[in-house]
Parts: sequence; C-alpha cells; structure tokens
Amino acid sequence: MEWFHFPESPENAPWRHNVPEIQRMQLSDEERAILAGEMGAAKRWAIDHQIKVGRVFDAVDLVPVSQAHMMIDPESVGEPGVAFLEQLLTDGARVTIPMITDPRGVDLDHYHPLGQTEEMANLERRTIAALTAMGILMTNTCINYQTIMPPVLGEHVAYGDTGVVIYSNSVCGARSNFEGGPSALAAGLTGRTPRYGLHLDENRRPTRRFTVRHQPAELTDWGILGAVIGRACGSYWEVPLIDGIETVPTSDELKHFGAAMASYGSTPLFHISGITPEAADAAKAADGIPSAEITKTDYDALRSDFGRKGDNVDVVVFAAPQLSLVEMQQVAGLSQGKSFKVPVLVCTSPQVYPDASRMGLVETIETAGGKVLQGTCFYQQYAREIGEANGWKHLLSNSAKIVNILGGYGYQPALRSMEECIAAAEKGEIV
Amino acid sequence: MPRELKCHIGVGPVVTGEALVATDNFSARYDLDRLQGVFSRPQHALFGQSYKDKILVLNTAKGGVASAWMLHEMKSRGIAPKAILFNQANTILVQGAALADMAMCDRFEAGDVSTLFETGQTLEVRPADGCVIIQDT
Repeated sequence: MEWFHFPESPENAPWRHNVPEIQRMQLSDEERAILAGEMGAAKRWAIDHQIKVGRVFDAVDLVPVSQAHMMIDPESVGEPGVAFLEQLLTDGARVTIPMITDPRGVDLDHYHPLGQTEEMANLERRTIAALTAMGILMTNTCINYQTIMPPVLGEHVAYGDTGVVIYSNSVCGARSNFEGGPSALAAGLTGRTPRYGLHLDENRRPTRRFTVRHQPAELTDWGILGAVIGRACGSYWEVPLIDGIETVPTSDELKHFGAAMASYGSTPLFHISGITPEAADAAKAADGIPSAEITKTDYDALRSDFGRKGDNVDVVVFAAPQLSLVEMQQVAGLSQGKSFKVPVLVCTSPQVYPDASRMGLVETIETAGGKVLQGTCFYQQYAREIGEANGWKHLLSNSAKIVNILGGYGYQPALRSMEECIAAAEKGEIV
Repeated sequence: MPRELKCHIGVGPVVTGEALVATDNFSARYDLDRLQGVFSRPQHALFGQSYKDKILVLNTAKGGVASAWMLHEMKSRGIAPKAILFNQANTILVQGAALADMAMCDRFEAGDVSTLFETGQTLEVRPADGCVIIQDT
C-alpha cells in the first residue's frame, strides 16, 4: 500500500494541535437531580461516571439514547467487577431503556468439557443474576443488528462490542461510540450518554480514502480487507472512505469486514461509496484527505502472518462474530458426511441456535464431530485457560478478528477460509 | 530541574511513578497476561516486561471494549499500571480509567509522547490539571 501524503492537519495529527479550553457540561434539571443523588446511588454513580468521561472528550451535554448493549464477560470483569455490579444492584440499579448483553463467557450447559472451572461458572451465574435483576435482557449476542433490533439512521445508541458499534454506525447509520461495559451500563441506568465522538457530525467525516483494487471473494477476504484498512487507520479517530467495491456485500460480509477493521484499528465507523448510508455525504467532505490503494499484495501480506500449509491444527473455531443462520447453514453444508480429527467449535447466538437446531444444522455439525455453543464467543471464554486445559496452541479460524486477538493469549493463530478450515479439521493440518 | 508538559484534562488521581515507553498501541485484552502482570503479545515492543506500578507511555488504544472492565479488575488485584499516557486515547480506555480510578492523560501540546518521555524517568501525572511533570530531567 502506498500513501499519498498531504500537509499535516488537525485531521491527521490531532494531538499536535492546541488543547481546547475545557467546557463544563450542561446538565438539565433532571440530570442535576440525578447527580445530587435524588434518584438513588446507582444512578448517581452512572451520571458521575459519564461526566468524568465526557469532560475528557469535551462533551457539552448528554444525549438521550434509545438502546444500550453491554459487553460483560466474566474474564474481563473478574470478581471485583461482579462485586461492583452487585453493589450497584443493592444501590437500586434498574435500567431505564432497553438494554441487552454481548456473549457470555461460560456456556453453563457446556463448560466442563472445555476445561472451564466451577469458579468461572459461578462468576457467570452471579453476573447473570445481577444483570437480570437490573432489568437487562440477557440476549448474549454480538450480532444483535442481525437478530434483535437493528438501529436506524440517525438513532443515538450506547453499544458495546466493537463489531456491533462499527456495523451499527456504518451500515445502519446509527450513532454510537465504543461504550465499554461500565459506560454502557451507565447509559442504561440514565438513558443518556455524553455527546462526543461519533454522536457529532464532525467526527463522522472521512479522514482517509482507500480505493480497493482487488475484490474480496468470501467472508475471510472481507475480514482481511477490514484488517488492512483498520491497521492503516490505527486510531479510533480515523474514518475511512472506501471506493472501488464492485458488488453489494451481504450483511455477513460487512459483519466480518467491520469486526476486523475495529479489531486491528480500533476504528468505529467506515463509509463505502454506493453502499453505506452516509457515504455520499462523506465523499463531499473528502477533499484533500490522504488516499491509498489496496491491492492483492496487501491481502497476501496480512494473510502471511497467520499460518502456512502443513501447519498442525489443534482446534478450529468459527466465532467472532457469532455465526448468523446463513453461516450456520454454510458450516453445516461443508460438514455434511465429514469426520473431524480435531475439535471444531462453532459459536452462535441464542436467537440463531433454536432455528439452526430445528433445521438440523446443529445435528449435522455435531455428527461430524463439531460442537455448537450458544450465547458465547470463543475469545471471551477464558481463552488462555481453556487453551492450556486442552493443550490447544495452533488455532485455526476464518475470522480475521479472532486471530488478531488470540496471539496475546498464548496461541499461534492461523487464518483460512471457511472451506479450508473444514478441510483442515478433517486432516488435522492446514491443507 | 522538573519540566512540566501540558496535555488535555484527563481522569484519575495524581500519581508518581517510573515511565515505560514504547511507540506501540495498547489493549488490555490483546497485549497483556494480566495474571502475571506482563506484556504477553510477542509482537509488542514491551513483550515480557512488567507493567505493574509503571506509567505506561504508548501511542494510542487499539482493539475492543474489554479493556474498560479489565483496568478495574487489574487495579483491584494490585497488578496494574499507575497511569497510562497516550498520544490519543480512545473512548474505551478513558471509560475504563474512570471506573478504575486510574490516571490517564492524552493530547500533549508538545507533540508525540514517545519522544517526550523516556523509559526510566520519574513522572508525576496530574490529570485534573492537564499536565505531567518530568521530575528528573
């Protein structure tokens, strides 16, 4: 990839410019009452947290949000975080807007076989009990935009899970920052979030332009393309505008594209010319931004970081994001009549699982030797511990996102297409 | 003589500690063995080094939302950095620092943090004042 450089500007080196004068956030009478503790200690914590965060990003006020989505797996939260949740519940925590959850860390119907402990399961049980008592809907999914209720153009939401945020911002035209678990919970309690970042028009304008010269052919290619762009952007505050996509992608393709981009670049928004709802306006604001072309060489360079033909495979994982019903059908179709030599784990949502079961897809995958997990996602399932418990080091996946994450968890991850993953599962090595 | 560097207002308490500097980005999930308190991603410039009680100085945040909970979990166990300084933080790390009551600052007026600070320097981080003081220049 070759960059065409333009003179330094606030858009491409924002930290070099003068620090703006800090403004005090404007609060409504109701918000002042919440801050004064008149609506309970839990809400007071929530708005205090939001003000602290909002000041760092120069938010002038809070914006009402219609939904919240929280990432809260027990490995990330730990015992201190669960105790924090339980204290909030004691303090009267109850969400005021529809609020849903990201995948769980423990499938309570299938954790001993993975090497997960009773301590992990108990932490999960305490988390579920606390969140349920707060009125949170335990959807346990990172594909809510495919299965629950996709947001609409211009809708302000407070979503966690970077894949959920980037898809909702880019494909649906919703407005959300990456809301970590604590901030998503605060939004659920107050029905608001600080108005900064992607809630503002000026931060949705493109800062870099990419022209795609090699078309992605299938899901993994889309993930690789997202990874290449994310890695090139490398910051939450960069917004790529992408030209040259010749066919309209599917929801699953954009799901892998966005999830990988967010993973490699912490990127929360993209525009694709002719495809996404804000792309036309984005193009009008793109004069003078740095531009680059993406060729097959860029795909090959990223792919070369993750596995070679003949490498051993200890486990094959389809996850990150959870599989849609269509992906479940594809995995089942490839698994038909096969016999896997190595474990194959397939993570889907609790909404997709019953349909996949009713249609025989789960049975087909499991007859071949795979296992379908519902409501979890592999990398959020104490990946280090289950890898050590099962002797898994060489992990193969078709998800560009998951192979980026798991290097830090002691794995040597490899990346191949769905078809190649199934072929490797049969042989025990990358074919 | 101490040297003061201005930055954007941050979050967390005033802390003093030893700087650990790299040009890499940061994610608690992607880069750390949080049980051992070391950087565990082989490709990271700080691979194998302990971050406990250090003032990490890194380019920006990367990856997912998990770091928001993880900073709180790390600090509760006493195996955490004292502060993190970025060229530019993302939303997740700031949210996590706010919950964990960990010092965090970004957007330094004088430029790139990886050249402003050196590993081993003693830094005083003052988030509410929007400044960091190098104590042993």
